[in-house]
Amino acid sequence: MTATRDSAAPTPSSPEPKLGAVPSFDVTLRIRRFLPESGKDEAYWEEFTVTAYGTDRLLDALHQVKWEHDGSLSFRRSCAHGVCGSDAMRINGRNRLACKVLLKDLNPDKPITVEPIKGLPVIKDLIVDMEPFFASYREIMPFLVTNGHEPTRERLQSVAERERFDDTTKCILCAACTSSCPVFWTDGQYFGPAAIVNAHRFIFDSRDEGGSQRLEILNDKEGVWRCRTTFNCTEACPRGIEVTKAIQEVKRAMITRAI
Amino acid sequence: MQIHQYDVVIVGAGGAGMRAALESSTRTRTAVISKLYPTRSHTGAAQGGMCAALANVEEDNWEWHTFDTVKGGDYLVDQDAAEVMAKEAIDAVLDLEKMGLPFNRTPEGKIDQRRFGGHTRNHGEAAVRRACYAADRTGHMILQTLYQQCVKNDVEFFNEFYVLDVLLSHDLVTGEVPDGEDVAVSGVVAYELATGEIHLFRAKSVVIATGGAGKIFKTTSNAHTLTGDGMALVYRRGVPLEDMEFFQFHPTGLAGLGILLSEAARGEGGILRNADGERFMERYAPTIKDLAPRDIVSRSIALEVREGRGAGPNKDYVLLDLTHLERAQIDAKLPDITEFARTYLGVEPYTEPIPVYPTAHYAMGGVPTTIRAEVLRSNAEVVHGLYAAGEVACVSVHGSNRLGTNSLLDINVFGKRAGIAAAEYAAGAPWVELPDDPEIGVVAELEEMRTRTDGDRVSDVRRDLQQTMDTNAQVFRTAESLQRALADIRGLQTRYRNVSVQDKGRAFNTDLLEALELGFLLDIAEVVVVGALNREESRGGHFREDFPKRDDAQYMRHTMAYRRPPGAVAPSSPVGAEAAAVVAATSRSGAEMATSRPGAATPGTFDVALGYKPVVVTRYQPMERKY
Repeated sequence: MTATRDSAAPTPSSPEPKLGAVPSFDVTLRIRRFLPESGKDEAYWEEFTVTAYGTDRLLDALHQVKWEHDGSLSFRRSCAHGVCGSDAMRINGRNRLACKVLLKDLNPDKPITVEPIKGLPVIKDLIVDMEPFFASYREIMPFLVTNGHEPTRERLQSVAERERFDDTTKCILCAACTSSCPVFWTDGQYFGPAAIVNAHRFIFDSRDEGGSQRLEILNDKEGVWRCRTTFNCTEACPRGIEVTKAIQEVKRAMITRAI
Repeated sequence: MQIHQYDVVIVGAGGAGMRAALESSTRTRTAVISKLYPTRSHTGAAQGGMCAALANVEEDNWEWHTFDTVKGGDYLVDQDAAEVMAKEAIDAVLDLEKMGLPFNRTPEGKIDQRRFGGHTRNHGEAAVRRACYAADRTGHMILQTLYQQCVKNDVEFFNEFYVLDVLLSHDLVTGEVPDGEDVAVSGVVAYELATGEIHLFRAKSVVIATGGAGKIFKTTSNAHTLTGDGMALVYRRGVPLEDMEFFQFHPTGLAGLGILLSEAARGEGGILRNADGERFMERYAPTIKDLAPRDIVSRSIALEVREGRGAGPNKDYVLLDLTHLERAQIDAKLPDITEFARTYLGVEPYTEPIPVYPTAHYAMGGVPTTIRAEVLRSNAEVVHGLYAAGEVACVSVHGSNRLGTNSLLDINVFGKRAGIAAAEYAAGAPWVELPDDPEIGVVAELEEMRTRTDGDRVSDVRRDLQQTMDTNAQVFRTAESLQRALADIRGLQTRYRNVSVQDKGRAFNTDLLEALELGFLLDIAEVVVVGALNREESRGGHFREDFPKRDDAQYMRHTMAYRRPPGAVAPSSPVGAEAAAVVAATSRSGAEMATSRPGAATPGTFDVALGYKPVVVTRYQPMERKY
């Protein structure tokens, strides 16, 4: 990968860079804009060209636009290294975190398209209303449910039991999966992959006793059965969670636990 | 303007804020105001672990943990607070487990523990396995678990609301409020990002839990949103800031980017090497080597690079070597940080060492509090109803250098204490009268910023601030470098009066909020540098090349920085004559007096007036710090 960093630079700013100098290259962003107070009712495309360096992420390019060209460009971001989940967006048609996409890994010959994630109401530019997403999450009882007295010390859990639900503990609630799901786009009621992932995280936790309640919630007509196994969600997850597999496991649990 | 009334208002929804909310909301009417969705908070970026003397894998006890914390902080730690933290650590971890946190497990099914920098058995004999962890995403699991519990308990959140003023009964900035006067909090003024609307929250108790201020530096592990808001807000209202000159530089940031690579990498056996492949930490800390506290490792790395032993084409970083570790161990224990190396530098940690360099990471200083999380307005007096916890606060459990994992511990122990104390206080306290037109200052500042037609770009001023802080106030400092930084900051404060934003709208105007955040950064950077200039010694995270030794006779005491009119003296224990001269020489004279308003400092309007607070020593007399 180290080698491709240099070769991806189409227009080095100096033809013979000094030893260790970082080559720069120009990239054009084609951004889907929507400014609710501008008087324009419709979203439109706007292009910006910025200078990037080998380790720059798409988020750095967006910042360059905002900080040097157009301060009104609006997007969410915080940690800038893929753990807070603020900056999920549609980049060249795929759901990604802007802070995890390196510009050198994108084709520099054509503009990079940047759009808000789909299926949630756009409020301004790349910012969408996340409330419906979090509402689905809250509905599946995303917390440990236990009965009886708490033990004095920790609950015991074997290494294998802990491993069973490891994959789905990684979720950062960025909505990349849910907003990549064609069922979610067309059916605003569907819980969506992220909510099911977070249900999975508890259903398969050996300490949890709320599994049957959660399965009942997900057995609803807008629950897991809406999933059409298109794998968009798995492809979109910036944390590498096998989302579709998790959904399948929840479906199977529903049958085997005989709801 | 909308008006709300709650018994307790918590500002910030990271680990400390949500831990406080879980206690407070079950006791009384509570609101949590956060500029981010709670799960975006930077607690989620913490990686390595949370220490507690559970003794699940080897002999350990809270007294050893206390000692390590005190020694790690180079004896500037308040030992009563460290004792509270180390004792309550055990329940703090067990609480999280019972809430559902998926800790890694031992073969017996108990919470697993691993080694971490500065944590030792029996007062420094050898590294001890004390850090409870969930792979290298412990902070993520804590943040998610606390949010899950908040969902379960129906905690009321105001997300994407920026608190822009904290309202007090007295104007402390004038310096004219006498000792013994009852000063109390009455609420906060907040800005709703989605609409641009102002909200007034009246409250009996306010808990500040807004996190750190890493964005005063260019190279930092901190999120873009860590702009010192809570520190600056109370400082502008005349509450002091404690020990702000102590900033932790984490040894292993990804070179050139600053992204954090956990100390857990070294806890799991990773080794730091220079360009010659030498394990240089053997020279600096012969007993615990790569697991020395962060200040020591960061200085060692900076020194290796300065003396020409850095790796890479520009010899400007060192290497974190994991290549001798089993791939399965890396995958199980360090999956995220190895992915960061692959994603951002294109380095494969299985086979290649990772380029690393120190990165600004953590503010040891902050809003001074008692061990009940009450905010102090002087050495002895509190602001009634005002609490602080987490990185924004200074209890002080970290002294001049925080040990790894003790921040996740701090937010849980003192977040819980703050939540309980705030709710209990609110139960018995009367409502405090709000000032007339409490929102007027915030509205004026916002409108002035929004409508200014032409001026400097916010990003230009911010970049210049971050550059001068990296150049002049980082791992190595001198009087000259700090004077340069201070002159730069004062110049930037003047430029700040003239910055303008392009976005003139009301909906999601992040352009406008970035401008206000820059005001916070400038105020905080000034306090950091004034404190660093004044402290003519080297201790923990503060290293003065012109004063390379620790000086307990003069400086084993906390710095208390107050915003006061020019020439005013800080409440209690005024600075020594020499230090006062240093500070006076850097501030303007003959400036007009001003009453406090929420806005950023204009040079000449206020001084940073310095005082001192004694360190609480219970068991451990200061010794030379060797590892």
